[in-house]
Amino acid sequence: MERAEIESKLNELLVEELGLDADKITPDARFEEDLEVDSLGVVELLMALEDNFGVQIPDEEAETIGTVSQAVDLVVAKLNG
Amino acid sequence: MSSVALVTGASRGIGRAIALRLAAEGFAVGVNYASSSEKADAVVAEIVASGGNAFAVQADVADADAVTAMFASVVDALGPVEVLVNNAGITDDGLLLRMSAEQWDSVVNTNLRSVFLCTKAALRSMLRARTGRVINISSVSGISGNPGQGNYAASKAGIVGFTKSIAKEVGSRGITVNAIAPGFIQTDMTEALGGEVIEAASEHIALGRLGLPEEVASAVSYLASEGASYITGQTIVVDGGLAL
Repeated sequence: MERAEIESKLNELLVEELGLDADKITPDARFEEDLEVDSLGVVELLMALEDNFGVQIPDEEAETIGTVSQAVDLVVAKLNG
Repeated sequence: MSSVALVTGASRGIGRAIALRLAAEGFAVGVNYASSSEKADAVVAEIVASGGNAFAVQADVADADAVTAMFASVVDALGPVEVLVNNAGITDDGLLLRMSAEQWDSVVNTNLRSVFLCTKAALRSMLRARTGRVINISSVSGISGNPGQGNYAASKAGIVGFTKSIAKEVGSRGITVNAIAPGFIQTDMTEALGGEVIEAASEHIALGRLGLPEEVASAVSYLASEGASYITGQTIVVDGGLAL
């Protein structure tokens, strides 16, 4: 899967599964500070990534996700790794 | 399409009454059982005969893989679970000094580990739906304690703490988590105690009699209903005034 494809799929998940405002989603947007995703929301994000991209994200790797682009990076690395 | 409820340990006793009640209220009901397949089939047949929809599903709810498989088959047959009733439970009584570690583990695993596993499995779709009800069957034994039931009372008190914690975790997503603590209810489980114990217990019940499984089921029905939308983290005692 191409990075652009992953990015657009992720943006879709953020709107549909986490109920985020599409206008606020940018690559640099921080989940907690800018998008106001709470701790349970982060877990929902991880579950959505795992379910939709077929990857497994252990807790220690989950901690590297701060922004939208970092989430894309992790999925790209997982799919290519 | 009707809402889906899954009741663990629903082939007999309180679980059976809960399954029948929820089905009568229009829920499509997953009837979980561990080993009594004929009894579970009879519950399903009774529901279907009354025009309802139900599905029997075998699973040892203390086993993680079995729980995953159970949820997959219920979702396949009926749809995502909107109301989960964690009812499955066993007793294996004994004074603590004579209680084996195996007695402890089997009771705590069946009664408490199962609640963790099933709730975790159910929450995935409830979070996505932004709604859901988890109703855990605790016991007055877990609130007041009961000699000979160190394992059982610990598992049932554990359910109360679990209920409060998870209610706080998922409340922001419109999901409520509550418990019901039945007292002495007429089931196979209490029948095993023998007439003398039951008679002695009845003297301590304000209403002077044992409860019926249907009287516990009606509290479950209330917690599953729209009317209970603002109640979460609570334990409703249904014991005829035993624990007063």
